[in-house]
Amino acid sequence: MELILVILIGLLYASGIYMMLRRSMVKMIIGLILLGNGANMLIFLLGRIVKGKPPIIDSAEKVFQDIYADPVPQALILTAIVISFGLQSFAIILVKRAYKVVKTDDLDALNSTDEIYD
Amino acid sequence: MTNPYIVLPVLFQLLTAVILLFFWAKVNTQRLISIIGSLISMGIAIHLFYQVYGQGIQTMQAGSWAAPFGITFVADLLSATMVLLTTLSGLAVAVFSTGSIRNARLKFGFLPILHFLLMGLNGAFLTGDIFNLYVWFEIIIIASFVLITIGGEKAQIEGSIKYVTMNLLASAIFLTAIAILYGLAGSLNMADLSGQVAAIENRNLVHVTAILFLVGFGIKSAVFPLYFWLPASYHTPPPAISAIFGGLLTKVGVYAMLRIFTLIFIPDDFLSDLLSVMAGLTILSGGLGALLQSNMRKIFSYLIICHIGFLIAGLAMYTELALSGTLFYLVHDIVVKTNLFLLAGIIFKLTGTLNIQKLGGMYKKISQAQPAHGHTALFLGGDSSSFGLLGEGRIDSRWLPKWFLCAGGHDRAGELFDSLCYRKGLVRGLLERSRGPA
Repeated sequence: MELILVILIGLLYASGIYMMLRRSMVKMIIGLILLGNGANMLIFLLGRIVKGKPPIIDSAEKVFQDIYADPVPQALILTAIVISFGLQSFAIILVKRAYKVVKTDDLDALNSTDEIYD
Repeated sequence: MTNPYIVLPVLFQLLTAVILLFFWAKVNTQRLISIIGSLISMGIAIHLFYQVYGQGIQTMQAGSWAAPFGITFVADLLSATMVLLTTLSGLAVAVFSTGSIRNARLKFGFLPILHFLLMGLNGAFLTGDIFNLYVWFEIIIIASFVLITIGGEKAQIEGSIKYVTMNLLASAIFLTAIAILYGLAGSLNMADLSGQVAAIENRNLVHVTAILFLVGFGIKSAVFPLYFWLPASYHTPPPAISAIFGGLLTKVGVYAMLRIFTLIFIPDDFLSDLLSVMAGLTILSGGLGALLQSNMRKIFSYLIICHIGFLIAGLAMYTELALSGTLFYLVHDIVVKTNLFLLAGIIFKLTGTLNIQKLGGMYKKISQAQPAHGHTALFLGGDSSSFGLLGEGRIDSRWLPKWFLCAGGHDRAGELFDSLCYRKGLVRGLLERSRGPA
């Protein structure tokens, strides 16, 4: 399970960065989404995957006696997912708006802000 | 010492923003509420500073969860100072924007978003939990995204594409770093992490994590190889927005770097050398970039980068003297950068151009046209800028010799001096040109 996740995370990061380096704005957004999902999976993996051990203390006990699944990474991922959802929807709308204003999907055409004399 | 009062600067900005949302179309009411809210939060921040100054570090455990498990808020003297400066800049920008931001922008919720931004900044300065810091960073960037795009002019949209992309990338890298750090140390509380990370045996992984944090915060604070988004975007929005961005947004990255690299990853030889090289090149490239430009706001944008280099240089040296220099300069830099961008706004309003080649004789032109008004504005503007520059020069000259001593044989000393001269020359040229006859 860990090995599959490691490969998947590597793939998500690599493809995310590859897509971000393309010249198209839409591909750049897709790259950002892939990268964000890769980061979420990484948190999940690094919280140590434990199967079938919910973090609930047995009624007879006072403290944990056994290993348990860490609930913190799940809380972190949930937060990160919600945040990245908001950011991505904003970025998509921005790209749509930019396409309307600049009339191109080519990132290399966005260089009017870099002119020295204006 | 537990003190629930310390989150009040955050909560009050939230309250102000929410109240403002109820007056969506009533622009004049919004202006009034924004200024009153800023004044009250100024009072809160002063009180917080006073408390921290008198009674030492204050903490608050969210939901009364004991320290390493819940989210902790900490107000030490640095946090309290930063909160105070944030509210000060916020007040200045709120007052300035009532006169300078067009009604159309105000009707699209400029003021509520400004207060959400200030809330995020206060939260980032007060939190003691690294994932919570990430959340505050996200609040800051999403508010800043809206502020930088509001109005939707062509240059603005182009600049914001670059700004948004780089900030989203920085957030993804920051999140990756947090994930690896949590996997290594099993904690998110910054004070707890400082002990846990020091005990980790696999130092290589610790280094990788430190570099990820460095890249994440480096993009946000615009250090040398990662700064290109800043001069491409900071001059595009209205001056009031540029002012709050220039004064605070890059500085929150520096603040996070200061926290992370003094608390969790203490710089060893490798990190210290890396930071030194980055700082030197940041100063040099910022200074040279500023020399090339003729648009005043672009010059100021490059000067932000240049001065970030100064701040990082203090961190790179990692001596008590150098760090206190960094903190002292940080406080000053926030006030000056906010002022400079507001000043650029006033100059643009008076002359209709920001190109320093065309600004000559501004003083003469304006004093003929509308004597009282022009004089006041110029006096205020000139005074605040020259006062800031004077202070800046004094601080540079006070700290630089000591920095040189600390640096010892570092090649960087020469670069520091060079860029300082460049900047002085540039600024003098700017002021003289704008004052002298055409």
